Amino acid sequence: MESLRGKVAIIGVADTEVGIVPHMSATQLTIDAALKALDDAGLTKNDIDGLITCNSFAEPILYHAEAMAEYLQIKPKLCYSVLTGGGTTFSLVEHAAAAIVAGLCHTVLIVTADSLRSGLTKEKAMTSQASTGHPQFESIYGPTVPALYALIARAHMEKYGTTSEQFAKIAVACRKHASLNPAAQMRELISVEDVINSRMIADPLHLLDCSLISDGGAAVIVTSAERAKAFKQDPIYLLGVGEGHHHEHISQALDFTTSGATDSSKLAYEMAGLGPKDMDFAQIYDCFTPTVLVELEDLGFCEKGEGGAFVDSGAIELGGALPINTHGGLLSHCHPGHPGSMFALTEAVKQLRDQAGERQVKNAQTALVHGQGGIMSSHTTLIIGREVS
Amino acid sequence: MEALKILPTPTIETQIFWDACQQEKLLVQQCKECEHVQFYPRLMCTNCSSREVGWIESSGFAKVVTYTIVHRPILPAYQKEAPYILAVVQLEEGPTMMTNIVNCNHDSIKCGLQVKVLFQDWEKGFLVPVFEPI
Repeated sequence: MESLRGKVAIIGVADTEVGIVPHMSATQLTIDAALKALDDAGLTKNDIDGLITCNSFAEPILYHAEAMAEYLQIKPKLCYSVLTGGGTTFSLVEHAAAAIVAGLCHTVLIVTADSLRSGLTKEKAMTSQASTGHPQFESIYGPTVPALYALIARAHMEKYGTTSEQFAKIAVACRKHASLNPAAQMRELISVEDVINSRMIADPLHLLDCSLISDGGAAVIVTSAERAKAFKQDPIYLLGVGEGHHHEHISQALDFTTSGATDSSKLAYEMAGLGPKDMDFAQIYDCFTPTVLVELEDLGFCEKGEGGAFVDSGAIELGGALPINTHGGLLSHCHPGHPGSMFALTEAVKQLRDQAGERQVKNAQTALVHGQGGIMSSHTTLIIGREVS
Repeated sequence: MEALKILPTPTIETQIFWDACQQEKLLVQQCKECEHVQFYPRLMCTNCSSREVGWIESSGFAKVVTYTIVHRPILPAYQKEAPYILAVVQLEEGPTMMTNIVNCNHDSIKCGLQVKVLFQDWEKGFLVPVFEPI
């Protein structure tokens, strides 16, 4: 099997305005992100011969990618939408890389956006959340999305003695990083006590253990490594990628405290020829604080069961051994649903280009970006870096 | 209009399960070839892929694998019962399922708690399996 290692690079990234953006529709946010990424790369829309998108909740379109290509008036050779939950955006990078290496197209625009905050009626928002579980064997019991993740949090606390304070420290670190990011939706510093004292949503998860609901979009442009040097930004190479899929419904999970991130990261590390210790920072999917703690373990940054102690050590804050979610993450930067993890990738690219301003990780060369979707269901790990060798 | 809790819509694959619930029986599937027991109902055995899958009645005994206490339900129909316990339980026969733990003091819910099935009128007389401490 041919490896994708070093074969493609990200040459353009962009975010739209995020947070509460009622003056733009989900489609407009998609197009805005696309145009900004083209500008970042120094390309025009006619340079794009592959388009991959993710459908919107607020403004769903049957054939979303086709509609976006029509809106842009481009005629790509590869054009489709993907939906695997929060891991979607990184799977798209893998698919784009595979298409480029296979010679199907040269330059792929990946763009995702949604307006979950401003574009959904309350009724539609409730219905979509209530539909998360299995329609016959889960949803009837009144699970909410936080409740489904609370099941994982509780299992980890039970098995490894993890505490609410340790979960809270993840929210505190993300907020601290968001405070350094002018684009972030929530920038006011919070303490562990603030998290613990915030309203209980689904025990043991408090309001501040939960990510935001936002509007926003982001885009990345991927091309072959040979072509990548010709553009205006430093290319950031794809060094490793892998996916892991263990279940869809959490009541069918094979294990409540170990996820498919073990599989996805193993594949990504093997492809990259690198390990957890080689990562200068990581962007780890943070829909809820326990998600991060379990993933820190499954991605190999600490032993299984030691995620709490790892967080206690301060490693995950800027200046620590492994700063995570340097833009503020879904917990504090923004979370417009499926597009949410894309901001982790655009941020990682900006960090590796040394363009992250006050929150810059010094001399960052290599990063791990991890997304997951469903209820710890679909996992994709990317490893990207400034250099191929 | 009064808000209603979500009711399952039985399918060709699950009708037998839900019909049995109305008789206060909890059915799970068992493979006739490898004896693997599974839930939710499927056309095939998840262990050996055989299509020869039959039904057995569960003892109804289970233990709590993990749980949460939902303080903020999303649908109004669930508000009147909040806070309520949402759990994943493992049946004595092996499979796991999501459920509510009822008739349980919230201070005494814990992982490993032994529970037994009972059937509650969910809406309009339709019975749904839930569990209570033994």
